[in-house]
Amino acid sequence: MKLLEIGIGKTAETLGAWMLGLLWLLPVVFAFWSAFHPAEYSTNFELFAPLTTDNFVRAWSYAPFPRYLLNTFILVTLILAAQFVLCTLAAYGFARFEFFGKNVIFALVLLQLMIMPEILLVENYRTISKMGLLDTIPAIGLPYMASAFGIFLLRQSFKTIPKELVEAAQVEGVSAVGILWKVYVPLSRSTYIAYGLVSVSYHWNNFLWPLVITSSVNSRPLTVGLAIFGAPESGVDWSIITAATVMTMAPLLLAFILFQRQFVQSFMHSGIK
Amino acid sequence: MKLIFQPRYWNHINGWLLVLPAVFMISLFTHFPIGSNVFHSLFSMGTATRPEAFIGLENYKYLMDDDIFWKVLSNNLVYSLCTVPISIAIALCMALLINRNIRGRSLVRMAFFTPTVLPMIAVANIWLFFYTPEYGLFDQIFTVFGGDSHNWLGNPDSALYCLIVMVIWKESGFFMVFYLAALQQLSPELKEAGLVEGSGSWYYFRRVTFPLLMPTTLFVMVNAVVNSFKLVDHLVIMTKGGPDNASSLLLYYIYENAFSFWDTSYAATLTVILVLILAIITVIQFVVVEKRIHYQ
Repeated sequence: MKLLEIGIGKTAETLGAWMLGLLWLLPVVFAFWSAFHPAEYSTNFELFAPLTTDNFVRAWSYAPFPRYLLNTFILVTLILAAQFVLCTLAAYGFARFEFFGKNVIFALVLLQLMIMPEILLVENYRTISKMGLLDTIPAIGLPYMASAFGIFLLRQSFKTIPKELVEAAQVEGVSAVGILWKVYVPLSRSTYIAYGLVSVSYHWNNFLWPLVITSSVNSRPLTVGLAIFGAPESGVDWSIITAATVMTMAPLLLAFILFQRQFVQSFMHSGIK
Repeated sequence: MKLIFQPRYWNHINGWLLVLPAVFMISLFTHFPIGSNVFHSLFSMGTATRPEAFIGLENYKYLMDDDIFWKVLSNNLVYSLCTVPISIAIALCMALLINRNIRGRSLVRMAFFTPTVLPMIAVANIWLFFYTPEYGLFDQIFTVFGGDSHNWLGNPDSALYCLIVMVIWKESGFFMVFYLAALQQLSPELKEAGLVEGSGSWYYFRRVTFPLLMPTTLFVMVNAVVNSFKLVDHLVIMTKGGPDNASSLLLYYIYENAFSFWDTSYAATLTVILVLILAIITVIQFVVVEKRIHYQ
């Protein structure tokens, strides 16, 4: 009897999980449905409604999406490369060197975890404008290149590397930079992957700061392009907007489906302090 | 003497050189603008005929009398008080469900997590259509059941709650991941011990699992609260803060002041308030964490 009860409970749990999962996936499924069907089927769910890619072709012709995609790609790569260099150096400094004022400086760095650059967009806009960088891709990336989050994660990872390994390298006459490059970086590979995935998805999706700092097609990332394209005053058809929406999220979504485990684990990793 | 002294001296220089580039960049885009915000909030906006002038706390006086500011602040409070506990509760349920050995576990986990990797702008576009009067999905479902058509986002009473529902959908999966990580670290012996003692699973959850997850709940809570103050992308797409500021949030109001009304000194004043709020959250977090350590 008890066993039967457990069995029923288990089935109920499984069913509940599936229902909730389905509910959660529904908006995304709907976006794909609407993007791949003619406008008259966007809320008319007939199983054999004709499929079409016309919405994509039209969205593509209405706005320079290839250019937006390229901009986003350059932006994300630029930020990630700069973050890896700056955060690696700083994390190494914080993890393995004793220097004057270290704890105070570290606390000041961590302030950025709470007060992200987009909160200070008024003054950061002023700074970028004084540098003469308005409406450029580096301007979108600059405030994020030194990331407290990255420094924190890498420092945690560097601290777990055994001192004996470092000492052995020192005995062999490897320089401080050599130790960083040959011991610390290779042994922190999983942290780099985790941080990289979190950073790429953050900056692929980031919107408010790019919106204020860009003003032309030459620098606008996908999210800003999509927002302008989808604005009600643009008068574009709903199906075409969903096609554009699907285009914007597809690369990241595809990466997520292919590397599901790594994604979930990376976000997990990034939350453990 | 020299030999003993040299390595320590090098330690200082190496350490500083390593952290300097990052520290310089962070201070340029975080510490400097905080100071500069405070500074600019003490000045009036310059116009073509009148240069900007020092006006002391005049901007803050204006802020105290600004009805829209209070409206936006109370909106933000409602928004945080709804999104944070509900998305945390859903996240915990999701994590508990997935942590069992159910069929199709990784598929369900993927479904929960998918909204997290999507851009807020894309999500807002999709949900905007759900909320569209008459053509939208919600209205179509409602009319099937004999309901009336609603202007969900156009109604000041419902606009903010529409945003809340969407944000809960978007964020729960993200918070679930942290609970999953924590659940996997709980020892299975504990569960066995609980079952041997014959405690029911609700009792076990309330007295054992939930308290053990407390650090995670705290971490997630701080994250969620900060998010509710810094993420306003969806407002740009869905409501523009309207109707009549019914769904506007603090950061969106700052953005409007700075980039629509071009009143950067009032925007700076509002930013000072936002930074203060975030500072208070940080302090509360530290105090609570400290307390927890003392109790153990």
